[in-house]
Amino acid sequence: MPWLTALIVLPLVGVVALAVWRGPSDAQARAVALVVALADLVVALGMVGAFDPQSSGYQLVEQVDWVASLGLSYLVGVDGFSVWLVVLTAFMTPIAILSTWGITSRVRLFMALTLLLETCILGSFLALDLLLFFVFFEALLVPMFLMIGGWGSGRRVYAAVKFFLFTMAGSAFLLIGIVYLWFQTVEQFSRGSFDIRVIEQLSLGTGTQRWLFVGFFTAFAVKVPLFPLHTWLPDAHTEAPTAGSIVLAALLLKAGPYGMLRFNLDLFPEASVTFADAIGVLAVIGIVYGAVVAMMQSDVKRLVAYSSVSHMGFVVLGIFMLTPESSSGAVLQMVNHGLSTGLLFFAIGMLYERTHTRDMGEMGGLATITPWIAATFLIASLSSIGLPGLNNFVGEFLVILGSFDANRWLGGVAVAGVVLAAIYMLWAYQKTFHGPEPEERRGLLDIVPHEVAAVVPVLAVMLVLGVYPKVALDRINPSTEGIVNWVSSVAEGQEGLPGGLRAAIQDDYVPPPGSLVAAGPSDEVSP
Amino acid sequence: MNPTVELAPIAPELILVGAAIVVLLGGVIVRGVDRLVWLFASLAGVAGAATASVLLWDWDGELTVLAGSVAVDRFGVVVRLIVLGVAAIGLLYGHHYLERSGEARIEFYPLVLFATAGMTLFAVSADLIVAFLALEILSLSLYVLTGLSRRLGSVEGAMKYFLLGAFSSAFFLFGVAMAYGATGSTSLAAVADALAGQTGSMALGLTAVGLLAVGFAFKVSAVPFHMWTPDVYQGAPTAVTAFMAAGTKVAAFAALMRVFNVAFQPLTWDWQPIVWALAAISIVAGSVLAIAQTDIKRMLAYSSISHAGFVLTGLTAPGETGIASALFYLVAYAVTVIGAFGVVMLVSGRGEQRTSLSSYTGLAARSPFAAALLTVFLLSLAGIPPTVGFVAKVSVFSAAMEAGAWSLVLIGVLASVVAAFFYLRVIVLMYMREPEEGTEPDPSLLPRLTIAVPALAVLVLGLFPGLVIGFLDSAAVLRW
Repeated sequence: MPWLTALIVLPLVGVVALAVWRGPSDAQARAVALVVALADLVVALGMVGAFDPQSSGYQLVEQVDWVASLGLSYLVGVDGFSVWLVVLTAFMTPIAILSTWGITSRVRLFMALTLLLETCILGSFLALDLLLFFVFFEALLVPMFLMIGGWGSGRRVYAAVKFFLFTMAGSAFLLIGIVYLWFQTVEQFSRGSFDIRVIEQLSLGTGTQRWLFVGFFTAFAVKVPLFPLHTWLPDAHTEAPTAGSIVLAALLLKAGPYGMLRFNLDLFPEASVTFADAIGVLAVIGIVYGAVVAMMQSDVKRLVAYSSVSHMGFVVLGIFMLTPESSSGAVLQMVNHGLSTGLLFFAIGMLYERTHTRDMGEMGGLATITPWIAATFLIASLSSIGLPGLNNFVGEFLVILGSFDANRWLGGVAVAGVVLAAIYMLWAYQKTFHGPEPEERRGLLDIVPHEVAAVVPVLAVMLVLGVYPKVALDRINPSTEGIVNWVSSVAEGQEGLPGGLRAAIQDDYVPPPGSLVAAGPSDEVSP
Repeated sequence: MNPTVELAPIAPELILVGAAIVVLLGGVIVRGVDRLVWLFASLAGVAGAATASVLLWDWDGELTVLAGSVAVDRFGVVVRLIVLGVAAIGLLYGHHYLERSGEARIEFYPLVLFATAGMTLFAVSADLIVAFLALEILSLSLYVLTGLSRRLGSVEGAMKYFLLGAFSSAFFLFGVAMAYGATGSTSLAAVADALAGQTGSMALGLTAVGLLAVGFAFKVSAVPFHMWTPDVYQGAPTAVTAFMAAGTKVAAFAALMRVFNVAFQPLTWDWQPIVWALAAISIVAGSVLAIAQTDIKRMLAYSSISHAGFVLTGLTAPGETGIASALFYLVAYAVTVIGAFGVVMLVSGRGEQRTSLSSYTGLAARSPFAAALLTVFLLSLAGIPPTVGFVAKVSVFSAAMEAGAWSLVLIGVLASVVAAFFYLRVIVLMYMREPEEGTEPDPSLLPRLTIAVPALAVLVLGLFPGLVIGFLDSAAVLRW
C-alpha cells in the first residue's frame, strides 16, 4: 500500500470535498475536516506498523517521475527522523480542529486551510526530492498566512505578513542552494537530479559546502526559529487563532530542525562540523534568552511563544552536538514540544474563549471555577518544564546528556533553560489560576466534551512517552546513529564508514548487530 | 536563393489578416448584426490560425521561406500558439468589456486580429526588415486599441504609448540599418555568417546589437526603457491591457531570442552582459517601484517589468537552455497575467472607477470567486508553489545558474521576497479586511468562465509542468 502518498493526498480529498460542497453548515464543515483528519491519523498509524524499526535507511519509498527532463521526481520516503513527526502531524491536526469551536466566520474555508496545511506539512516531512520538499515547505506559508491574517486577533495582519516575509526570505537562500546543487549534479553526473540520495554523492569543495550550508541553514533557522531570527514567532503565535497556534507551534516549527537533520547534516557534513559550535552557542543563547523573555510576559500566549524559542533551542543544540544521544533527544524533543506546546495553546484557547483575555493580570483565581482546564494547563506546564514521568523530560535529558559529552559549557548553560522554564511556567499557572476567585467570572463553563476529546489523547501520549519512551526511540535511534556516524566519519577523514552508510539507503539494509545504542534513557550511560 | 512562394508557413498570419478584413468590412457593410457574430468570426480566425500553426509542427521543407524572410520551426509554432491563446482570451474579455461600458465598436475585433498577426509574424521573422514590419503592425494596432475608450486616461495612455513607441521603433530601425552596414544583409542567417566570418565591421555590428537591444527592451518593458508601461497599462481599457501585457511580451521576447541567438549568435559574449544588466535592473526596479503603487493596474505594470527581468535572467544562458527556460517563463507569465487582469476587469466595473487597491478591500466576502482566482494569480506572480510561476522561476534560475550567472539568481530570489510583499498586500485586503460599502464585482458569466481557463492552467501547469516542458524543449531549437 502506498502509505505515504495516501497520507499526503487524503487531506487534499477533504479540501476538495469542502470546496465543492455548497453551503454546508459550520458543524458539517467541521465534521468533514475532523473525519478526514482522523482517517489520516489511522493511515499514519498504519504507516508506523509498516515501518521497520531496525533499518536506518529510507523506507516505504515511492518514486514517480514528475518532470523527467529536469530530474524532478515525486519521491517520498520515511525514516527515523520523520516517522514520529508524521504521526505527530496526523495526531495534532484533529486536536487543532477540535479547538475551532470558537471560530464562527467562514468555517468552511478555515477547515479547508487546516487540511491544506496538513498536506503541506506532511509533504515536507516525507519528501526526499529537494525541490519537492521546497514546494511543500514554501506552499505551507499560504494557508498559514491566510489563517493568521483571516482569523487572528489584534495585529493579525502585521503578524501574518511578517511571518510570510521572514520565512520566504529565509527560504530564498534555500532555493538558490537547491538550484546550485541541481546544477552540480548536471556537471558531475551529467544528469540533473534533485534526489537527495544522488545529491549526497556529490563531491563539493570545502568553500562551496560552507556557502550551501549557510544558505540551507538560514532557511531552517528562520523556521525553528533560532535566535536571532525568531522575532516573527511571538507575533505569529500570539495573533493566530488557537488552531493556527497549535499547528504553528506543534508542527510547522518542526520543519526547521527536521530540515537541518535531513539536509544540512546529510549533504554538508564537513561544514556541519565546522559550524557546529557556533550554532550550539546560538542555540544556547536562544534557550536562555527565550526563557528570560518568557518570564517578562504578561500575555500568556506570548509567554508560551517565547518558551517555544527556548525549547526549540534545545532541539537545535541536540542536533548540532552530533552525538547519538543528543540527536535522538532532539528528534524526540521535536515530538515532545509539539505535544506539550500544542496542549498549552489548546488550554489557553479554552480560557480565551471563556474570558476573552490573554492577559494574566486580568485572569487569576480560575482554578476553582474551571478546575479541569486548570489541571490541563498544569500538566501541560509540568511537561513543558520537563518533569520526570512526562514526555519532555526524556528528550531534554538526552539532549543535555549528549551536549555535555560534546561540549561541557554549552551543556551546562543549557540546563539553565530547564530551571528558568520551571519559573515562568509555574508563574504563569499561578497568575492564571490562583488567587482570589473573581466574582464576575463565576459562571464560566468548565471543560466541555469536545475539549475532553482533544485533551485526553494528548495527555495519554505525553504520559506514555514519559514513562516508556523506548517505543519512540527504537525507531529514531537507527537513523540518528547513522547520521552521526556519517558526519563524524567525514570529519575524521575516515574512508570506511561512508560506504556502509551509503548501503543504508537500500531498503533491505540491516545494520550490523550491536552497533546501535539500546534505546531508553535508563540505558544511556554517560562516559 | 531561389524565390519560391511557400505560403503554408505564413498561413496563420494570412488567416488572421483575412479574418480581420472580413470582420472589418462585414461590420461596415452588414449593419444591425449582433456583435457576437463578429466575436465568433474573430475567434474562428484565431482558431484557424492555431490549426495552421499546429500543422507546421512537423514541417520538413526549407528552414526559411519567402526569400529567407520567414523562419519555419517549432519555436515559431509554440510562440504562435501562446499568442493566439492570449488573443482568444483577449477577444472574449474585450467583447464583454466594451459591451459593458457601452463603447462597443466593431473595430476592436479586427484591431486585435491585426495586432495578433503582427505578434506572430514578429516571432517568426527571419529577416530584420520583416521583423520591423511586424513590429509596426503590432504596435500601431495596439496604439489604437489603447485609446479605444473615451476615458481621458485611455487617450493619454495611447498618446504616450505612441510617442515612446515611435521613438523605440526608430532605435530598432537604426539598429537594422547598422546591422546592414556591418554585414551587407538584413537576413538573420546572413548577418550571423558575416559576423562569424569576421567579414563585417565589428564596430557597426556591436552598435547594431546595442540599438536593437534598446528597441526590444522598450517592447518588453525592461528598465530603463519601461517608462511608458505603467501609464499605458493603467490607461488602456483593462481588456486591452490584459491582451497587450501578455501578448506583446511573448512576441517581443520571442523575436529578441531569435535575433540575438541567431543573427548575433557570434557576438554572444558581447550581448550577454547587456542582458545581464537589463535583467538585474528590471527585476530590482520593477519589484521596488511596485510597492509604492496604489492602483492595481500600475502595480501589475511594475510587476510585469520585473517579470521581464526574470525572462532576461533565463536568457543569460545562451542557446537552447536559455530559450527553453525563457519560453516556459513566458507561458507561465502569459497565463498568469491575463488571468490577473481579467479579475481586475471584473472588479473595476463600468468606466473603470475601481482600480485602486482599496477597491479590493473585503473582496473575499463580496465575491469569493474573484478573490480566490486573483489569489491564485498573485501567488503565481510571486512564484509561490504549487503555481506555475514557481516552476517558471526555478527554470530560469537553473538556466542562469548553468550560465554561471549565480549573482543574478541571488538578485532574483531576493527581489522575489520584496515582490511577495505587494502581492500579499492585495491578498490581505481581500481576505483580512472587512468589506466596505461598494458595488459588487461584475457578475457576468462569460468573463468568469474565461478567467477560469488561465486559473486552471496556472494550477495544472504548476503541478504538472511536464505537460508542456517536453514541447517547449523541442521548440527551443532555433533553425536557420
